Amino acid sequence: MDISLQQVEYRYQANTPFERLALKNVSFDIPEGTYLAIIGHTGSGKSTVLQHLNALLKPTKGKIIIGDTEINAGQKQKNLKKVRQRVGIVFQFPEHQLFEETIEKDICFGPMNFGVSEDEAKRRARDVINQVGLSEEFLQKSPFDLSGGQMRRVAIAGVLAMEPDVIVLDEPTAGLDPRGRKEIMDMFYSLHKEKNLSTILVTHSMEDAARYADQIIVMHKGEVFKKGAPEEIFAAPEGLLEMGLDVPEVIRFQKSFEETCQVKLDHICLTIEQLADAVAECMKRGVPK
Amino acid sequence: MNKLILGRYFPGDSWIHQLDPRSKLLACIYFIFVLFLANNWQTYVLLWAFTLLVMYLSGVSFKTYLRGVRPLIWLILFTVFLQILFTSGGTIYIDWGPITISEFGLTNGVYIFCRFVMIVFVSTVVTLTTKPIDLTDGINSLLRPLRALKVPVDEFALMLSISLRFIPNLLDETQKVMDAQRARGTEFGEGSLLKQMKTLVPIFLPLFVSSLNRAEELANAMEVRGYQTGEKRSTFRQLNWQKRDTLCLLFMLALTIGLAVLRAEGSILH
Repeated sequence: MDISLQQVEYRYQANTPFERLALKNVSFDIPEGTYLAIIGHTGSGKSTVLQHLNALLKPTKGKIIIGDTEINAGQKQKNLKKVRQRVGIVFQFPEHQLFEETIEKDICFGPMNFGVSEDEAKRRARDVINQVGLSEEFLQKSPFDLSGGQMRRVAIAGVLAMEPDVIVLDEPTAGLDPRGRKEIMDMFYSLHKEKNLSTILVTHSMEDAARYADQIIVMHKGEVFKKGAPEEIFAAPEGLLEMGLDVPEVIRFQKSFEETCQVKLDHICLTIEQLADAVAECMKRGVPK
Repeated sequence: MNKLILGRYFPGDSWIHQLDPRSKLLACIYFIFVLFLANNWQTYVLLWAFTLLVMYLSGVSFKTYLRGVRPLIWLILFTVFLQILFTSGGTIYIDWGPITISEFGLTNGVYIFCRFVMIVFVSTVVTLTTKPIDLTDGINSLLRPLRALKVPVDEFALMLSISLRFIPNLLDETQKVMDAQRARGTEFGEGSLLKQMKTLVPIFLPLFVSSLNRAEELANAMEVRGYQTGEKRSTFRQLNWQKRDTLCLLFMLALTIGLAVLRAEGSILH
C-alpha cells in the first residue's frame, strides 16, 4: 500500500495563543515495500509525521493519500478504521497501552475491534506471540506480571495481530538492552522482507537507520531537510552534524581509516560486515604507503 | 482537552504577573465576596470597569479570556434563563401560568450573567498570570495559620504541588494511550452510552497502572534524597511582599468603598 504526503502542514492547538507549527510543507512518498527511516533531532516533527500516517492527526493544510483513502485538510472523514487496520503503529514505550487481564485478550483486542472473529483472533495471538519471541504459555498470564522487555513484546504482538500492510515504529527499542534491541529490530526486518510490508521507523539510532532502511528522511524544524538512500545521506554528513545528528560509527571508522591509511574504499559501508569485507579487500590489494 | 484556558499559565511580564501570588489569591477571593454587594446598575458598571481594567493590566488579549468563558457559556445561560422565567415582580411583560417574564426577572438575569462572567474573568486573570508553583506556594502560605488547629498544612501543600506538577504529564499520557488505542481500532465518542463507557477501560487501566508505578518511583526518589514527613523544612522559593501588593489590596478596599457608596445611593434613588 502506497502512502503519499503532499505539502502537509500541521499546527498544534490551531487558533489558540498556544498554537505551534509542527510541520510545514512536508512532501514525500512511501511506495509499497519500502523500509523508510525518519531521523531528526528531538522536536523536529518526526513523531507528528508518524501520527499522520494512519490519520490520528489530520493535516491543517495539504493532503495525505493512504492506499485509496485521501485525507484532506479541514475535511470530516468517516471510515478511518479501514486505514488504521492497514497501518499499524507501535508507539514509543508501547507497554503502557496494555490493559487486559490476560495477554491473549490484549493481543485479541486490536483484531476484534476490526471485526475479526474471536477464534481467528486467538489463532493470530498464538502466531504472533511466537513471532515476538515469547512462548504460548505466556498467553494466559497477566501482562502486568511481565518484565519491561516482555511487556514491550506483548504490546508489539498486539499490533502485529492486526496484520497490517504498513508498520510504523516510533523508537521501538528505546530503553531495551542491546540484545533485546537487536532481536526486535531483526524481527521487524524479517517480517518486512517476508510479508513485503512497508516499514517506517522513527529513530535516534543512526546505526539502525543505516543498517535496515532503503530510504532515509532527515527532518529538521518541521521540514524535510534531506531524503535519499542511506549511502547518499551519510556520504555527505556536513548538514547532519550541524543539526546535532551524527553518522553511524561504521562510517566514522571508515573515514578515519581512509585518512590514516591514505586509501579510498570502493563505497560507503553501512554495516560492520560490509566494512570488514571492504577493509579485507583493501588489505589484499595492499596498502600503498 | 487542549482548548481549556482556565487553569493555564500564560508567560508574561505585566504588572499583574509581578504581583505576589498571595495578594492575587486574596484579591480574587475577596472580589468574589464583594460582588454580592452589587445591587443596582451603577455598582455593576463599577465592577465591570474594575474587571476590564484588571484584564487589561494582565497584558493577555481579550480574545483569550472570551475563549476561557466559552466552555461555561451554556451553564451560565441556563441559570440566567431560569432566573428570567421564574422570577416575578415589577412590571410583567408576559404571563403564562408559572412562567412569567417580568422586569425583575430580566434585571436579575442580566445581573447573574454579569456575576458569572466577572468571576470567570477575574479567576482566569489569576491563573493566567501566576505559575502553578507560585500558586501552591501562595496557598500554602495563606493556610499556614491553620497549623495551630493541627491541620497538616505542609503535607497538604506537598500533595497539591505534586498533583499540579503531574497534571500536564497525565494529560500527555492520556493522549498517548488514547492514540495507541485508536491505532488499535478503538473509536471514541461513538455508539451507545454503554459502548462508550466500555471504550474508557483501555484508557483508564493503563493510566492507573502507570500512576501507581510513578507514585512508587517518586516516593523512592524522594526518600533517597532525604525527604521525611513531619520534619521541619526550609523553602527554596521565598515569596516576598512588595509595595505593589499592598497597593493591590488598597485598591480592593477602594473598590469596596465605591461599591458601598453606589449601593447606598441606589437605594436612596429607589
